[in-house]
Amino acid sequence: MSGTFRHAGVSDAQMNEPSPILSLEHASKAFGAIRALDDVSIALHRGEVHALVGENGAGKSTLVKILAGVHLPDTGVLRIRGTDVVLSGPAAARDAGVAIIYQEPIMFPDLTVAENIFIGRQPLHAGRRIDSGRMNAQASAIFERLGVPIDPERVARGLSIAEQQIVEVAKALSLDARVIVMDEPTAALSAVEVERLFGVVETLRDGGAAVLFISHRLEEVFELCQRVTVFRDGRLVLSRELAGLSGDDLVRAMVGRELPERIPQEQKIRDTVLQVERLTREGVFVDVSFEVRAGEILALAGLVGAGRTEVARAIFGIDRYDGGRVTVSGKALRRGSPTAAMEAGIALVPEDRRQQGLVMEMSIFRNVALASLRRLRRIGFIRSTSERRFARDWATRLQVKYGRLGSPMTSLSGGNQQKVVLAKWLGRRPSLLIVDEPTRGIDIGTKAEVHRLLEELAGEGVAVLVISSELPEVLRLANRIVVMREGRIVAELTHAEASEETIVAAATGQAEREAA
Amino acid sequence: MTATAETATRRRPFGDAASARRLVDLVFRLREFGILAVLALLVAATAIAEPRFLDLTNVQFILVDTTIFALLALGETMVVLTRNVDLSVGSVLGLSAFLSADLFGKHEGIPIPLVFLVGLAIGVACGFANGFLTVVGRIPSLVVTLAMLYIVRGIDVLVVGGGQVVASSLPNSFIEIPKRTVAGIPILAIVVAVVVGIAAYYLRSFRSGRELYAIGSNPDAARLAGIPSGRRVFTAFLISGGIAGLAGVLYAARYGTIDSTAGTGYELQVIAAVVVGGVAIFGGSGSVVGAALGALLLNTILSALYVLGVSPFWNQAIAGALLLGAIALDRGISLWLAAALRKRRTHLGA
Amino acid sequence: MALDLRERARAFVRWEFGLVLALIAVVLFGRHVSDQFLTSFNIFYLNLSIGEVAIMTLPMTLIIVTGEIDLSVASILGMSSALVGDLYSRGWPMPRVIVAVLIVGVVAGLLNGFLITRLGLPSLAVTIGTLTLYRGIAVVILGPETISTFPEKYTNIGVLPLPHTGGYLTYSVGIFLALAILSAIVLHATPFGRSLFVIGANEEAARFAGFRVKRTKLILFGVSGVVCALAGILYTFRLSTAVQDNGIGLELTVVTIVLLGGVSIFGGRGTIVGVVLAVAVYAGLQNALLLSNFEQRAMGIVTGTLLLLSVLIPNASEFYRRGREFLRRRQLRAGEVPT
Repeated sequence: MSGTFRHAGVSDAQMNEPSPILSLEHASKAFGAIRALDDVSIALHRGEVHALVGENGAGKSTLVKILAGVHLPDTGVLRIRGTDVVLSGPAAARDAGVAIIYQEPIMFPDLTVAENIFIGRQPLHAGRRIDSGRMNAQASAIFERLGVPIDPERVARGLSIAEQQIVEVAKALSLDARVIVMDEPTAALSAVEVERLFGVVETLRDGGAAVLFISHRLEEVFELCQRVTVFRDGRLVLSRELAGLSGDDLVRAMVGRELPERIPQEQKIRDTVLQVERLTREGVFVDVSFEVRAGEILALAGLVGAGRTEVARAIFGIDRYDGGRVTVSGKALRRGSPTAAMEAGIALVPEDRRQQGLVMEMSIFRNVALASLRRLRRIGFIRSTSERRFARDWATRLQVKYGRLGSPMTSLSGGNQQKVVLAKWLGRRPSLLIVDEPTRGIDIGTKAEVHRLLEELAGEGVAVLVISSELPEVLRLANRIVVMREGRIVAELTHAEASEETIVAAATGQAEREAA
Repeated sequence: MTATAETATRRRPFGDAASARRLVDLVFRLREFGILAVLALLVAATAIAEPRFLDLTNVQFILVDTTIFALLALGETMVVLTRNVDLSVGSVLGLSAFLSADLFGKHEGIPIPLVFLVGLAIGVACGFANGFLTVVGRIPSLVVTLAMLYIVRGIDVLVVGGGQVVASSLPNSFIEIPKRTVAGIPILAIVVAVVVGIAAYYLRSFRSGRELYAIGSNPDAARLAGIPSGRRVFTAFLISGGIAGLAGVLYAARYGTIDSTAGTGYELQVIAAVVVGGVAIFGGSGSVVGAALGALLLNTILSALYVLGVSPFWNQAIAGALLLGAIALDRGISLWLAAALRKRRTHLGA
Repeated sequence: MALDLRERARAFVRWEFGLVLALIAVVLFGRHVSDQFLTSFNIFYLNLSIGEVAIMTLPMTLIIVTGEIDLSVASILGMSSALVGDLYSRGWPMPRVIVAVLIVGVVAGLLNGFLITRLGLPSLAVTIGTLTLYRGIAVVILGPETISTFPEKYTNIGVLPLPHTGGYLTYSVGIFLALAILSAIVLHATPFGRSLFVIGANEEAARFAGFRVKRTKLILFGVSGVVCALAGILYTFRLSTAVQDNGIGLELTVVTIVLLGGVSIFGGRGTIVGVVLAVAVYAGLQNALLLSNFEQRAMGIVTGTLLLLSVLIPNASEFYRRGREFLRRRQLRAGEVPT
């Protein structure tokens, strides 16, 4: 990415604090045969926002779990405020002053906001009685400090993800956390909410906390952070001040090489397969129209939360939509019925591989055969041997690396799991393949294979709709790009017109702002 | 993003926040008032059709019968709040009723408080088993308490043999307990009302009480937050069992004649009362006051039906229909609420 | 079951093998208690006592595999039994009575299914409600009456064994075995059956794979309704009696046998073979206890204990693991570094 990004300022607090408040040195962690972390080190300083970047699978979440006290590193030393510490569990991490804000905060929906913050530690009157007056006042004070007005007496149910994150930050502050880890906090936020979150982070920083900010949105990293650490495949690649680095430098560090920008060959693009007209789902997306033709790859780009996955789910029938029409090869598609969508030749590889795309405890061959059971029937019955044969064919074709067809899905790596999901759907020979985040959480090698596979499919005449938040992927694969923002389509670009800047500008509303 | 962050943008006010809060609170508080309203309507309608309904003795009977169920509902609520269920309360009540009443026959002049203590002990022992198997054994409480329902009933059958305890073998001072009144109100009803009040206060104003709600609202979050879920759930089962044991002694005082079928089916009525009273079947929300009111409502309905000449054979069918209705109503309300909250939060340009 | 072939064989061997061992143990116990245990007379009697319960375990298995539960089965049996008595005593010809009762069974099951799938209510709560409701309806239908005049042609199933089986099997058990074969084929050899395992293992993934989860569950509960109604009809004929508390409490026995058969309470796993074996084990145990003068009304203790055991035993390895983890964390908190 070319980067003329605004660099974040350096806070006064940081200038005077040379020794780190938290350091993890030479840590390794393995899960069975998988080396999640291999000799990594990181140091967090007071009054500083430290970015942790790396592709999925690079080891970021393992690091977070170690800091959270959920996992113990196999080797390595964790030092907090100068003393060596072994975190025996989440409670120990909390006591040590480390707070984690997860992407999807875990709340108690039936308790009030203030109770969510103070559960287990509510301020008391004499006689052990909860002093709710003081509790609510303290919560209000924290929200004041953060500049975010949330009513502490309201029930937590119904808070947006952005608001839940703020509550989590408030909780961290109430615990007097000195180290705050934010795990991909902006993934599900709108632009305005991101701005507000940045304000909150800056307040934390100015207050002397050390913030570890994990994100794969490099523009945010440059705006907010002073220092950066890059992981790749479980190893430390670099850890230094951000000043002086460019976006390209970071990408190179994350990926290990320059990403070649491949121009997809001129495909033979034929008739329209999917036509979406003015699709609307109240509160989620509005007036979405686009079409996908046989042989072309259309990418749906935008930030997470723009509504792209929801559009895909509506097309496939998992969710119902309120207005508009979906036509497949000229025939109207019944809404709200995945069966109808499948019969019309649509396949959906969902966003959440483990929860939606696969049945993890089931064997590999059963997962591959899952969508094709009716077709494998003979006189109404189905036999395991036919499922196995089907699975073996497709697994071989997609080059899935497995031990035994009967092993459970948990025995495969992320990349191979994704291939199984693809095999499942390709086995139906769909005319339209929708893939939602096709290479999330997959290693580089398999990523390239998946890309090649999608291009081959398009070459064979399949209409492909790719939803992706990774710009290099979008630019590499797509013939055309449709950008969504906050539930609407804001731009439609051909491959020639598209670049990271134009897409990001459209996705973040920058284009609108600049036009205004 | 290169937008400059203005304080104005950062401090965008939540216009909807207050109204959202008000909406949610209203819906949840509505439940207790709703029950009272239905109760009032019911009593009024029945009294018009059949004035006998408001006779003092009849009202006293209703209150005393409600006492036992309100107690059971109280204990059950503690368990249900944590997203568990205790189906064994009927059997525990039956066992305790027989064993405690039998003491009077076997030990002349035994002090009544001691008998209550024995009942309590029996209940706590059963609660211990329930809690242990659920928490340590990691068995779903549905399965545990269903099994205990039958195991305890079986023990009851073995202990009772073919016999029974007859009212005449019980000392007068014991039988009088449910009959004593103050200004026309049965003392038992007052005592239970006070107990429910204390329990409600505890659940609202003490940390461990709030933790019960937290555990039911999100068990994983509770664990991560360091709440001692196992200990709390275990205690909830002890309380539920203990209360069932006490209720058994009260049952003995009320009915006098006890055989091996005492308390059969009570657990279903208690769950119906609890659900009607607004306690979510998945835990996390609800109040003991609501549960007690639910018990009162259920008993009043049954009594009204009796007074109106409806055959008691309809009781069970009606209880079942009410339970289903209450669950469906709750679900309808929470779906509506979720949709209303979602629409308010829309920040998409119209 | 859906694991690696060798793992599957191992799991199969482990649980069903255990059941076979249990069956042998029960037979030995029975022989010890009475040398009449294995006679056709006794086996016939044993069959009589278990026939209807056995039939009800089959739809229950399918329902539990999908992760739901149906506690109203015994109440549907009771309601059907009451209806048989009531309709017949009004002069309806028996064939019409049977058809009517089966239809009512379907409706009762579909009500369960509707509340669970369309309204999204938890099956535990719903079936506790219908358990009460249907039993209540049975009480309303019959009141305190007992109907016991039924044509001999039908009540003979309680007296005569199935022909050509050497006097061992009853009609009910014969029907059970036929239904068991049918269930096994459906569950293990059809796409519909496969979908049940998927729904139980991961309902969301099932939906994303195009399975019609709601319709499937609705069908299962409807089938449960009609099968339990059938069981109620057979029960009435066998006892030659229709009374309002027929079958009360049997739901526990049905659930116990299914779990004993290796079906996971959490869904996604189980076999019909296991359930059939569990039926045999339970029936044999009940019979042997009867022969040893065990108080039959206290049979609940045995059933309840069996239920707990069938859920505890699969957890055993889990305990071991968690016990070690617990000790490890204790060491950490005490400041030691774990080895």
